[in-house]
Amino acid sequence: METPAGPVPRVSTELRPRDIVGRWLMRWGFGRNRYRVAPGLYAVGNPDAEAPVLVTANYKMTFDALRRELTGLDLWVLVLDTKGINVWCAAGKGTFGTAELVAQLAASRLEKVTRHRTLILPQLGAPGVAAHEVKRQTGFGVVYGPVRAADLREFLAAGRQATAAMRQVTFSTGERLILTPVELTGMGKTSLWAIPALFLLGGFGPGFFSAAALTERGTAAVLVYLAGLLAGCVLTPVLLPWLPGRAFAAKGAVLGAALALIGALALHPPLLTAVAAILALAALASFGAMNFTGSTPFTSPSGVEKEMRRAIPLQGAAVLIAGGLWLAAAFV
Amino acid sequence: MQKFRHLKGVTTLELAREKCIGCRLCETVCPHGVFVVAEGKAAMADRDACMECGACAGNCPTAAISVKAGVGCASAIIHSWLTGEEPSCDCGGGSCC
Repeated sequence: METPAGPVPRVSTELRPRDIVGRWLMRWGFGRNRYRVAPGLYAVGNPDAEAPVLVTANYKMTFDALRRELTGLDLWVLVLDTKGINVWCAAGKGTFGTAELVAQLAASRLEKVTRHRTLILPQLGAPGVAAHEVKRQTGFGVVYGPVRAADLREFLAAGRQATAAMRQVTFSTGERLILTPVELTGMGKTSLWAIPALFLLGGFGPGFFSAAALTERGTAAVLVYLAGLLAGCVLTPVLLPWLPGRAFAAKGAVLGAALALIGALALHPPLLTAVAAILALAALASFGAMNFTGSTPFTSPSGVEKEMRRAIPLQGAAVLIAGGLWLAAAFV
Repeated sequence: MQKFRHLKGVTTLELAREKCIGCRLCETVCPHGVFVVAEGKAAMADRDACMECGACAGNCPTAAISVKAGVGCASAIIHSWLTGEEPSCDCGGGSCC
């Protein structure tokens, strides 16, 4: 549409099938570095000079999550160049930040488009933005909107007032589950060499190398590895609030050891193998669980570093002992 | 979020109450309700809920709040240990974004 600052593209609030396929691919982490929209000013509906201005990131999944909540509203959307990263992560890095906001305000000549001088930013953009600095440098005041785009309509209707619930992040079972595919993809590269390596190691035994041992012990080791991945990267995230302990490494270790114990009781392997499996599964699940800290909205760098300094030596020792026992088990 | 609590007593968050002018921005931007402003002064109502995102400190117009902000992500911290770079979300694993 035409504006005093030149033509501005109008975006639809309906997602098309390819947007939904794209979102699904992103959940698995495929091609996420290229999933972007062009930064700049966009129109939703028929905004005028008094229409609110929302600011967002140029990760396409973020942009889509925002626009689908805006059906029937007339407003402006200013997209910052966050290099295809979502609002919160980009704010942490500073790319969703004061400098980029000031630059996009200048590039879009927003002061010619609106009569008012107020921007609505997502609350989770706040780590990168200093509201008083934006005001000082551009004359635009910053109002922090709700955490979730789904609350925007109610926020606007209430005279730009957010309820306490709109200001707090949540981490429901669904929100945790939807993050697990990308955790598995993230372990994909390691698995590509770990699985064949475990399989081959399984072949070593008294007769130096045997196909029968390879099939039996190799398969068992790969299964333990896969169970560890599943426990650390999928089950721990989903069961997070119900697993004992505060440290993620502890939660993962408890779950991994419990799964291995159940497996051992069901399958009656030799004692050395059973102990090796329990240690290995606990260590793997513990490591996978620890890596999930980055996907949660509540862990601090100080807290994560503290638990890592304690957990990593234990995980390493458990893997070494497990490996030793497992190899020894082939000879007894 | 009350059922999700990470380690206690680790945050680097500090508030210099004498500098606070009661603008309430810390209360607004905090995603975990750490701050409550009463009688014109901010107080830390739930300090252990802090995730060190830095939103409060960056938006405090009188610099009354300080925190060593960063990402609470194990893969980012491992990446930082290996490379010496600051931990950030674009660690290659990308699981946090």
